[in-house]
Amino acid sequence: MYGNDFSGEDAPGGLLGEVEAAEAALRAAAERDRGAAGPGEDLAAYFAQVIDADQKIEPRDWMPEAYRRTLIRQIAQHAHSEIIGMQPEGNWISRAPSLKRKAILLAKVQDEAGHGLYLYAAAETLGISRDELVDLLLNGRQKYSSIFNYPTLTWADVGAIGWLVDGAAIVNQVPLCRCSYGPYARAMIRVCKEESFHQRQGYEILHVLAHGTPAQKAMAQDALDRWWYPSLAMFGPPDGDSTHSAQSMAWKIKRFSNDELRQRFVDMCVGQAEVLGLTIPDPDLRWNDERQAYDFTQPDYAELMQVISGNGPCNRERMAHRRHAHTEGAWVREAAAAYAAKQKNKEKVAA
Amino acid sequence: MSDSSPLWEVFVRARRGLAHTHVGSLHAPDAELALRNARDLYTRRQEGVSIWVVPASGITASSPDEKDAFFDPAADKVYRHPTFYEVPEGVAHL
Amino acid sequence: MNGPFAFTLALGDDALIAAQRLAEWTTRAPEMEEDIALANIALDQLGAARLLLSYAGELEGAGRDEDALAYLRDDREFRNCLLVELPNGDFAVTMAKLLALSAYQLPLYTALAGCADERLAAIGAKARKESAYHLDHAALWVKRLGDGTEESHRRMQAGIDQVWPYVHELFAAPPGAPVDPATLRGDFDTTVAAVLAEATLTLPDSGWAPGGGRDGVHTEHLSYLLAEMQVLARAHPGARW
Repeated sequence: MYGNDFSGEDAPGGLLGEVEAAEAALRAAAERDRGAAGPGEDLAAYFAQVIDADQKIEPRDWMPEAYRRTLIRQIAQHAHSEIIGMQPEGNWISRAPSLKRKAILLAKVQDEAGHGLYLYAAAETLGISRDELVDLLLNGRQKYSSIFNYPTLTWADVGAIGWLVDGAAIVNQVPLCRCSYGPYARAMIRVCKEESFHQRQGYEILHVLAHGTPAQKAMAQDALDRWWYPSLAMFGPPDGDSTHSAQSMAWKIKRFSNDELRQRFVDMCVGQAEVLGLTIPDPDLRWNDERQAYDFTQPDYAELMQVISGNGPCNRERMAHRRHAHTEGAWVREAAAAYAAKQKNKEKVAA
Repeated sequence: MSDSSPLWEVFVRARRGLAHTHVGSLHAPDAELALRNARDLYTRRQEGVSIWVVPASGITASSPDEKDAFFDPAADKVYRHPTFYEVPEGVAHL
Repeated sequence: MNGPFAFTLALGDDALIAAQRLAEWTTRAPEMEEDIALANIALDQLGAARLLLSYAGELEGAGRDEDALAYLRDDREFRNCLLVELPNGDFAVTMAKLLALSAYQLPLYTALAGCADERLAAIGAKARKESAYHLDHAALWVKRLGDGTEESHRRMQAGIDQVWPYVHELFAAPPGAPVDPATLRGDFDTTVAAVLAEATLTLPDSGWAPGGGRDGVHTEHLSYLLAEMQVLARAHPGARW
């Protein structure tokens, strides 16, 4: 199917529809004849042609070293975010207020581990091992999304993370389903399909709270108050200050600017907050008829820089928790490796 | 981990009648664990009825440079595709 | 307490407390793949708990649903075996607990699948497939840890030694139970013996057989577990979630 390329407008079925459209476009582009033969002598020209045709670069294709490095950094940070991101919500599994909510939350946090693994696998196709990536995370040399350095203080925070944090993540990730690197695009399609349930469960939690007892409603509003600006900051610094954007756009790793995506997110959230009956903590939030978009207050980017540099409320705890799990698990991983080696030897002897 | 917990490629048969399709990869120290991990990682939503795991090191891949030599010769063998044949009107079950 | 209610409640409590403990591993497992596996098993136990507690509530006929039973009872009213409430310990202790629990639940659910009570039979038919997978998972790890490195062997043997006295309690039947757990002991012993032999592990020889869980007399650990599990639900009486 041709002519289904991303127009910036919602495809039918909202975000999930866009994911499906991206999947269809991936197939369509693969079938399209570029009118050119194989790589031949000029590898860089061939790479550019594939990107121009909206086709995918695959692991064994030639690619510029900077493209490979950019992708490794981005995919790894994404994977780390999934793994560290399990902690703030995981914090509430033991205290979930009903058995149904407990089951949903456990399944959700489990999905995040799965998404981390899909993404590590995608990064590994670029010639780096998961061991190396995990070391980079544990040594603090690679980052994860700064949002996970905020604490989950109440049950409503679980709802706010689902609605706002997963919502922002989806807005960020849906265009990545069209990323020029095949394994990343395919991983993102899988992740986005699974994440649509995450956002819905979060919204549902808040909806129930907002229509519950006064204490529950206050809990929901408090969560929105604390998570709103950090969620806006998830899209990164304003376009003027963003260092990696232009080249990533040219390579079709990134498809929209930070500010475009942030605007999109705000425009989505306003109506959703109204249905919840909750107030977005921004007195200057209002519809701009000229721009056909909402004007809103920017998040505190100085705070974002502080959190990125390691000084958010929970940076130390999140890293310590991850390191502890990794260190405590070492003897188990060694045992499994030793057992596998013994079994291999037995097979050899038997043969 | 690269030595002690090697990479495995995972293939899942989504439904009876379909071929196994590559869905991704994972790490595991041995085949038995790889199969269990694959079940938990790639079929949490009933995506499959059968799983293969293959050590990634056991796969020999064609290189992109050889792509033309490998695949272009098949391009002119349209007779391999059923749509190549004209079916006379009124013939069923063909 | 009537027989069928007490029996169903005990099984539901076993599954619920096992789920709560297993879920504690989330974000802490020795390998990311194992994080997912343990969460799967926790979800299975939680699913079984919900079915069993809902049915127990109906059998009781006092209008209590799964959440009322899970969140609004004190520790003395819980009927789970002591095995499931023991702290997770290291990964070896958790696998020892899971081996014992699943080697018990599998023949139990299998027997239930053929019992006269249709609801319990349906729950048993569903849960026994899950138990088979839990047993497979536990056996796989007990073998790897038992026959892995020196350290893992030492830890796995210590895990079995620590957990095994609590196994006796599993086979004492509450009166009026549709399945007498004592009849499952042979199956259980055979399964466990095969796994331990392959894992180069031995069963401890101990005369100590702690019990009391089925009568609501627990270890000190359960009250803490429940305090955490119930804190939010109890802070908002009557609220919906």
